[in-house]
Amino acid sequence: MVAVPANGSMKKHTISVLVENRPGVLARVSGLFARRGFNIDSLAVSATERSDVSRMTVVTLGDERDLDQVIRQLNKLIDVITIFDHTRDDLVEREIALIKVRATVENRSEIMQLTQIFRADIVSISPRDETMIIDVTGDADKIDAFLETMAKFQVLEMVRTGKIALVRGSKMT
Amino acid sequence: MKGAEALVEALKLEGVEVIFGISGGAALPIYDALARETSIRHLLVRHEQAAAHMAEGYSRASGRVGVCLATSGPGATNLVTGIADAAMDSIPLVAITGQVPTAVIGSDAFQEADIVGITMPIVKHSFQVRNPDDIPRIVKEAFHIARTGRGGPVLVDVPRDMAQAQLKGFKFPEKVEIRGYNPACVCDDGEIARAAALIAQARQPVIYAGGGIIASDSSEQLVRLAEKIDAPVAMTLMGRGVIPDRHPLSMNMLGMHGTAYANWAVRDCDLLIAVGVRFDDRVTGNLARFARNAKVIHVEIDPAEIRKNRYAEVAIHADAKEALTKLGAAVQKAEHTDWRRQIAQWKEEQPLAYDRDGALKPQYIMEQLADMTEGAPILATDVGQHQMWAAQFYPFQRPRQWLTSGGLGTMGYGFPAALGAKVAFPEQDVWLVTGDGSFQMNLQELATSVIYGLPVKIALFNNSSLGMVKQWQDLFYEKRYSGIDLKDVPNFKLLAEAYGCVGITVTTPEQVRPALERARDVKDRTVLIDFQHDPDEHVYPMIASGLSVDEMQLQPLGGRKKA
Repeated sequence: MVAVPANGSMKKHTISVLVENRPGVLARVSGLFARRGFNIDSLAVSATERSDVSRMTVVTLGDERDLDQVIRQLNKLIDVITIFDHTRDDLVEREIALIKVRATVENRSEIMQLTQIFRADIVSISPRDETMIIDVTGDADKIDAFLETMAKFQVLEMVRTGKIALVRGSKMT
Repeated sequence: MKGAEALVEALKLEGVEVIFGISGGAALPIYDALARETSIRHLLVRHEQAAAHMAEGYSRASGRVGVCLATSGPGATNLVTGIADAAMDSIPLVAITGQVPTAVIGSDAFQEADIVGITMPIVKHSFQVRNPDDIPRIVKEAFHIARTGRGGPVLVDVPRDMAQAQLKGFKFPEKVEIRGYNPACVCDDGEIARAAALIAQARQPVIYAGGGIIASDSSEQLVRLAEKIDAPVAMTLMGRGVIPDRHPLSMNMLGMHGTAYANWAVRDCDLLIAVGVRFDDRVTGNLARFARNAKVIHVEIDPAEIRKNRYAEVAIHADAKEALTKLGAAVQKAEHTDWRRQIAQWKEEQPLAYDRDGALKPQYIMEQLADMTEGAPILATDVGQHQMWAAQFYPFQRPRQWLTSGGLGTMGYGFPAALGAKVAFPEQDVWLVTGDGSFQMNLQELATSVIYGLPVKIALFNNSSLGMVKQWQDLFYEKRYSGIDLKDVPNFKLLAEAYGCVGITVTTPEQVRPALERARDVKDRTVLIDFQHDPDEHVYPMIASGLSVDEMQLQPLGGRKKA
């Protein structure tokens, strides 16, 4: 990305980007990542407590210097109001995955048990075509673990959101 | 009041005096409003790309925001190169485009192009009018964003129905408040003190001075600092003119085609004071080996440039003027006699040089132009070999007299930029140094120069080829020439005359000075001198792409004589 020696190791960094709630802002932000070769691991755009502000939660992969450039370049966008680097924050992080699995008479109870262990929810059952949709919510590790567990069944489809996050306590970001 | 009238009124309140543009369907309401406004002059150009470059030249020469205007679709896309050029060279520019009516945006309507989307990577910011009452605020913000902080281009896209709609009321804001944009930066006194301490320790300092000094009008402060700490100054292409070349501390240009002594000084310096620069690859070559013995002080207005390419021991995030003023006050007076003597010796041993073998040499033409003008006129260039010779040989006197396309390297920039400067300063002589390749990319503006009475002086360096590309094919592709031969077409003298300009053809060294003098003395018309020079001349010194000063190639002199 930049012609400086890498400074530290490649890591995933979570940043919150508060932006003007205006048409085209997502294009400006995602376009910046694309043209400068920054990695987006996940991106979630959402409403906030303020109607004129949107929050983008971005997980980006890079070393400290990459992260520094991401933040500095994002700051140059006029529609970006503030950016928070969560590298040192104590975060509550959530992602949601919906997983459609083949649930036969034989394995259905095992799937239900595993779902309970992960505190996931079965949100749809279609006995006729032997499918189930499971809703699992949690941090990335939990969802990864659940997906791994489900791998031995026949996963027909999976969809997963980007990460959203807030800092614990009274610190506002 | 209609949207278009509000637009023009807001431009007037911003102090806009001149707009370069071309009309068209979606821009009709704007042109109608312009026709009824006498305080803004509109120059009808011949290609929208030229409108953008004229606005750039006007801006660079005058320090004001340049304005260009085009219709939707092809009009708007023709502006794109100029907008990209302004982005790369941090030129304050407001580009206004007509757009198809909001009701049909997205339907591939006639002359529709998503110009906001197309230009997103190359603008500092862009607006599309979605409510006519926003127009005054949008104009105010556009100019504010273009000119403050690190300057750059701002696009204002005006759908036709917005231009025709009635405003509820015209309200031009007194102040700009954009919560996501705060260009004001406070120059940190602690960093200034740390910089001053590094300067006090330095024995072999070099100042690496760039376009940011020109943008912030702080050449005086730069020269004062250089004199106080006795530090020689190497200029970037964009920074030419920040210190006069006759000043003993000037080392001319550094980088790929910089002087040998500037590059050696940077190689050996123990402190590099980088001001208004971005460690561009054309300056640094191989970054790991650039100024490898030096600590770096980096004064820069754009925080994203600080430590982007090169680590800086001291980073001063500030406008160059404020930083140089404070730094000038904080440093101790110093003398670096041995260091200066070393550089003087390098300069003696390896000045800018070329073979004087009797052929018409491009460097000789530049020398004669320099000698005749003493570097007083504004000088615009295109891109290529002639640009480098102009940067090397022209005796710059002051900032804002030098208009060149640095970052983007846009062939076709020079002629319209020269015309834009002439609009800003009609009483000053404006010279254009161009090449036969570059000039043909915007030569249609000869019409603009004739019709609006904008006489400029064109020194066309004609080698019947794309000379810089040919140089690379000579040096790195075993002379396998590919796509460089422009042949001897057109006859530039007749071309100039066809437009009502003066055309002169020069083929021998003896004809150079009389032709230049004639061009100087013709005041009422544009003069084009077609210098048909030695086509095999190369630009030296040269540090090839990605290499370092250790691999610098110097002029191979046959019967070597110093210039």
